[in-house]
This record gives sequence, C-alpha cells and structure tokens, in this order.
Amino acid sequence: MIAAVLPLALLLFSVSLLLNLYRLLRGPDLTDRILGLDTLSINAIAVIVLAGIYMDTTIIFEAALLIALMGFVGTVAMTKYLVRGDVIE
Amino acid sequence: MAAHRQLRHWWPRPQFSLFLLVLWLLLMNTLSLAQLVIGAFLGWSIPYLTQPFWPENPRLHQAWRLVPYFAHLLWDILKSNVTVARLILLPPGRLRPAFIRYPVILTDEFALAMLASTISLTPGTVSAGLSPDQKTLLIHALHVVDEEALIRHIHTRYEQPLKEILE
Amino acid sequence: MNIPLWLDALIAALLLIGAIVATLGSVGLARMPDFYMRLHGPTKACTLGVGCTMLGSLLYFSVAGQGISVQEVLITVFLFVTAPVSAHVMARAALHRRVACSANTRHPPWPEMDHPPAPPSLANPGEARQGPSSIPGEGSDTRTRGS
Repeated sequence: MIAAVLPLALLLFSVSLLLNLYRLLRGPDLTDRILGLDTLSINAIAVIVLAGIYMDTTIIFEAALLIALMGFVGTVAMTKYLVRGDVIE
Repeated sequence: MAAHRQLRHWWPRPQFSLFLLVLWLLLMNTLSLAQLVIGAFLGWSIPYLTQPFWPENPRLHQAWRLVPYFAHLLWDILKSNVTVARLILLPPGRLRPAFIRYPVILTDEFALAMLASTISLTPGTVSAGLSPDQKTLLIHALHVVDEEALIRHIHTRYEQPLKEILE
Repeated sequence: MNIPLWLDALIAALLLIGAIVATLGSVGLARMPDFYMRLHGPTKACTLGVGCTMLGSLLYFSVAGQGISVQEVLITVFLFVTAPVSAHVMARAALHRRVACSANTRHPPWPEMDHPPAPPSLANPGEARQGPSSIPGEGSDTRTRGS
C-alpha cells in the first residue's frame, strides 16, 4: 500500500512546490516572497523524506535537516533585513 | 551553599546540558560511548562558554504540567487544522479576517513567547506583534465572527495554564 | 521487509494525509487575497502536513529499515518550534512595511491607512521600533491591493 501511496504523495507535494514557486515569483510584496521561500523549504523537506522512503535510505535526511535550518535562519535574516535595514547590528 | 555556588559556576545549566547531550545523540543517530563523551563535553562547554550572553533562567514551577499542556495543544492543532482547511477552500470573499488586540496578563518574557507561539500554531490566528509596553498582543485572525469569544477562549485555554505553570 | 498490513495502512494513511494537508496549506498561500491571510496556510497546515509525513517515515524506517531512525523527530520538533517564530517575524515585517490588508479586514492596525493623505504622526517618536504606529514616511512603499 505504501508503494501505491508514495507517488501520489510526491505528486501532491510537487503541486504544492509549484504553488509556492508561484507565490515566490508573483509577490507582490517582498514579504510574500519570503513567505513563499519559507514554505518552499518546508515542503522540500517533506519531498526529501518521501524520496528517502522511495529509495529506502535514510542517508539523505541530513540534507533535510540542513534545509530546515537554513530555511529558518534565512527567513529570520531576510525579515530582519526588511525591518531594520541590516542583518547584524 | 558555597559548594553549591561553586558548582553553579562551573556547570551553570544542568537541564540545558542534558538537552544538548540528547540533541547531539539524536543528530548523530547512534548511542556509542564516543558520541556520549563528545555530547557530554559539548553539553558542558557550550553553556559554560556562552554563560555571559544568557538572559535570566525561566522559573518552571511545575514542569510536568507542560506535558498535558502540549497534549492539549497538539489536539487543538489537529482539530482546528480541519477548520482552516475548510476555510481555505471557501471563496475568499466569504472570510471575515480581523486584527485583534489581545490584553496580555503574563509578564514573564519566556511565558509571553510561549503564548505567542501557541497562538501562531493554533490555526486561524497568528500573533503579529507586541506593543512596546508588553501589554497588548496584536493577533491576526483568518475568520472570526465573535472577537470577544476568541479572546476569552485564548485566555482560559492557554494563558491561564501558562501563568500557573511559568509564573 | 515484512510490514504487517495494519501498519502498512497506517503509514500509507499518514503519508497521504500529510501530503493533502500540506497541499491545502499551499493552496491557501496561492489564492488568499492579502498577505496576512496567506500567512495562515503555510505556517500551520504545511507544518502539520510535513509533521504527518515525518511520523509516517519514522514508523516506516523503524519497522522496515536498519534500526530505529530518530532524525525525523529532530526535524519535526525543529519545524514545530520554528514555524510560529518565522510567522511572527514575517507578520511583523509586513506590518512594518505596511503591507495592505484586504478591505473587509476589521480593525486594521493603522487607522490612517483608510485616509491616505494623513501626515505622519510625531506624537510619540520614542517608540519607533514596534508595531505599525511608527516610523513616519515608511508608508511610501505600501501597495494598495485590497481584495
């Protein structure tokens, strides 16, 4: 049953990645783009984990962890830049 | 007392050290002796070296009561996600978004952060800002009909327990 | 690689539900009319959806893989802790930039938005950090795109 569901889940996540990309490219404000990028990174984590199940390996989970970290730090840095005009004060 | 202070100086945050050790073991995904030693070293050295940067310790009165609080919260997240899923599929013109000013009674910063995070995680509401005097929390709600009821709900279900646990 | 049927069904259900919930969140991100409403979809639905996927993966690798894998727990906890924080900082950035909210929003935090030519208020220049009632002149980059 897992084998049947996996492609479907991957398809759904691909659709959400496209929707996030739409928001990232469309804007209209910079904050919308940041939100799109943040969501894109969260969904990318799920895709990586699903790919891990698909290939039957956990070795790529480190990449998922890295994306989670970078996504969060990037979001905070970008919003901070918008609010203060500087990342590190 | 002096010995206790001595210990506090050399090992400032036992719980934080334990947390770091567990985090390291989870990261490494193994339970070998070598990783335990490295984790213990990191768990000691990081709190010791970063000691000057840290704000005051949050005082946890009844830490175990956070467990039912989180169980509560998880259930609320699941339940209200269904609601938000339905709202998203509605035509957006039918939604009634609103900004709400929530009067906060918590004073501890850690408790405030917990409350704001709770509000953001339960669907339908996102905390958007805190007034400079830390008395009002600005909340954006996706669809709200009765604002008073929402404020009362947040107060009884989240803020009251947090106040009892953390202050 | 022998997974009992009920566990197989449970993992499949978790993966599917997670994918559906995350997709709904992304649909919300794509079609809501203003930024503040868009914020709701991703921060909650996507986090929960990815959390469901993680739980399914954790179960799968614990049963079928080479020993228990716990890194999913780490990722999930991290996501659940950071999602509200990033939502909060993004909302604050949007308020600071005065991103317009759709017309049917009640109690918008900056009343002067309704009467655009209002001069910047210098009543309390001291609290120029938090919230919308601050920083004169910031309103210039506002896009008015009410619903």
